[in-house]
Amino acid sequence: MPALTSRDHGSRHRELQDFAERPAMTKTSPDAAVVLKLDGITKRFGALTANGDVSLSLRKGEILALLGENGAGKTTLMNILFGHYVADEGTVEVLTEDGSLTELDPGSPHAALNAGIGMVHQHFTLAENLTALENILLGTEPLLALKSGRARARERLSDLMTGSGLIVDLDARISTLSVGEKQRVEILKALYRNARVLVLDEPTAVLTPQESDTLFATLKKLAADGLGIIFISHKLDEVIAASHRVAVLRGGRKVADQPTEGCDKRQLAELMVGKTVPESTRDSQVPGAARLILSSVTTGAGRDALHSVDLELLSGEILGIAGVSGNGQGTLAKVISGLLPPSSGTIALDGEVLTSADARRMIDTGIARIPEDRHKDGIVGPMSVAENLAIETIRKPQNQRFGFLRFEAIARRAKDAIVAYDIRCQGDKAPARLLSGGNIQKIVLARTLDASPSVVLAAQPSRGLDVGATSDVHRRLLEARARGAGVILISEDLDELLRLSDRIAVMHRGNLSQPDKTETLDRATLGLRMAGQSKEQAA
Amino acid sequence: MSDILEILLNANFWAAALRIATPLIFGVIGALVCERAGVLNLGIEGIFTAGAMAGWMAVWLGTGLWGGVLVAALAGGFFGLIHAILTVPLGLSQHVSGIGVTLFATSLSYFIYRTALPDVSSPPRIEAFKPLDIPGLSDLPFIGPALFQQTPLTFLALAIVAVTAFVLYRTPLGLAIRAVGDNPSAVESQGLSVYALRMGTVIAGSALMALGGAFLTMSAFDAFFFGMVNGRGWICIALTVFASWRPGKALIGALLFGAFDAFQVRLQTEVGSFIPGQVFLMMPYILSIAALILVARKADYPRALLVPYFRGQR
Repeated sequence: MPALTSRDHGSRHRELQDFAERPAMTKTSPDAAVVLKLDGITKRFGALTANGDVSLSLRKGEILALLGENGAGKTTLMNILFGHYVADEGTVEVLTEDGSLTELDPGSPHAALNAGIGMVHQHFTLAENLTALENILLGTEPLLALKSGRARARERLSDLMTGSGLIVDLDARISTLSVGEKQRVEILKALYRNARVLVLDEPTAVLTPQESDTLFATLKKLAADGLGIIFISHKLDEVIAASHRVAVLRGGRKVADQPTEGCDKRQLAELMVGKTVPESTRDSQVPGAARLILSSVTTGAGRDALHSVDLELLSGEILGIAGVSGNGQGTLAKVISGLLPPSSGTIALDGEVLTSADARRMIDTGIARIPEDRHKDGIVGPMSVAENLAIETIRKPQNQRFGFLRFEAIARRAKDAIVAYDIRCQGDKAPARLLSGGNIQKIVLARTLDASPSVVLAAQPSRGLDVGATSDVHRRLLEARARGAGVILISEDLDELLRLSDRIAVMHRGNLSQPDKTETLDRATLGLRMAGQSKEQAA
Repeated sequence: MSDILEILLNANFWAAALRIATPLIFGVIGALVCERAGVLNLGIEGIFTAGAMAGWMAVWLGTGLWGGVLVAALAGGFFGLIHAILTVPLGLSQHVSGIGVTLFATSLSYFIYRTALPDVSSPPRIEAFKPLDIPGLSDLPFIGPALFQQTPLTFLALAIVAVTAFVLYRTPLGLAIRAVGDNPSAVESQGLSVYALRMGTVIAGSALMALGGAFLTMSAFDAFFFGMVNGRGWICIALTVFASWRPGKALIGALLFGAFDAFQVRLQTEVGSFIPGQVFLMMPYILSIAALILVARKADYPRALLVPYFRGQR
């Protein structure tokens, strides 16, 4: 994988920075052929209009960014394009071999593939038990053929790989590949089928900053060779850096469609959200004494294991933990939550040893947990909002008396929390699973922060949330900090970490680096450390 | 000790092991392909019964032996279709549907048998498959009687193992079947139909299972009896796990079980005077469980096994 050796990172990154600083990319000629045209697409799910009369067109060699908040209808639109859904109204037209636009058969991925549309889904569609080559070949040969033309495929792929720079080991089983490599296999799948249009759904969500830069360099090259590219994103920086044109979706409707040249972040953010969103910032504050101390904590096995992790969290600070997901952050969160005992090492909170404490003791001692998977671990879906709010303190006298629940008190406090935390729901009796991700996160915040915890453990607290909900989460974390709590913020979003954290440590393969003051760090350094370079190498 | 050695050196023992293994080979290969596509087929026990009954009755009605084999396969395919419709497009529980198919296929087979032959106490016999005499091979000392004096269905079973391995690992169809059992989205995103692949595989796998039943009435015995399948289908489900879903290992597993079974029958006659016979009857099953414990803990399950796929949901 020459494209991803650590030696390459630096130079590639510099190249990409140049590329990002140049306001305009090589322009596509305005008379390049239109390869794809969506006309008046409308799609409803019950009462919800996911797409309302959306029209888009894409030219040969153009990179179009489709920008929008969660739930703005970006993915729905692309799933219609690829035939996973059938639109209620509207048509999709693609350029055919003979140079004319022809309507695409709706609801058929097969037709979309044949028309030269390649799609890289956010959740990869690869069979993990097969090799890269087998995944690429899948569906490209007649099913009842007696032989599979592997040698010829291998030859063509090696040409494609050298031409595009997307190098993968074709004989490696998918389960052994990294996320970045899997993504390359996905793109190769499309190129192998002679795609003329490539759609990528949130392609950078799972990549390190360096991998993202490499990806955009590749996309730029593919576009220069004549591929039309649509990438879906809600990250403004990458949209501005890597696209020719940007279309903004809001509430299922297209609210802007303009050349990226001349757009600025603020303007795009306002188009995307529909209003200006206050950005929480950290004020200077002198942190207090050490609260939570982990010393040489080792536990777990495999990729997610922790190796002798030391951590000291001060009162009144936010300690950021950066890292590509799957490098042990999940295990660290479990250990601090009391869900996984360390096999060696100690944990202490305000001097009290909690090494073998279970989850209940951790909560009672004042550790508030905002779990990474809020749908699975943050709430009990079928239970009501009120029950979910009370669940961590259900044995406390405010919630039970002689073993019987005090429903009125629980409901009263739930109603207060719904107002205080602006939880949008049908009422305190509504099942929690019906709420949106942002509102579910507000339940978790209300439940955990109301008890004035001494430590807040926030794992990916804004992942998948829209700008408004994210801003709420950030505000609450800063409030906890101002109150004197220590906050551990585990995140993959470097902007979030740099803005909120007082100090940032990096996790890589289960090792936690010593934290550095945020003022001394920038995105590039953090990105390199997330990819495994030590401080000395990065310097 | 010498008794045991004597058993193992007897060509008849190996011939019996292969004969006992034959229905299991059909069954385990059938179960294996279904599971490779992501569908557990617990209908197997009933499909064995249906295959045994349908094949035998067809021969009795005059279709000829190979006609009977075809009818058995069709009967298996029919019950496979029922299971496929319930579990693939409708996405119902594969456990419940499979057990339902077993109960339905078993009872329907008994019902048809009793309706066609209301008054007989012992079932009519058919002219079953005879052991093949392969010139040259069958006359080899020891190896000839041990391996090459079997009925055609045994050789068909062995051929099916080879064909299944070839299809699964060498052809585009096999690639698609392996992919659909691991991640159906991978198959759909490459323009193939998840439903067609899964349903087709379940039907084909069920037809193979029915051949295992047909072997019982058309080769091992020459008539149909109640309860004659006697848990062979369930053994195949266990053997699939033992084999880690690989046809070659499935063959080895079936032969091992056949050998255990043949061995216990012979051991029973040697030392049966002071150990109760039931102990020996348990032996192949206990050994199967032991083998399963040793092997299956590391088994590499098809990731989408038991997981229904609904289009447009992700």
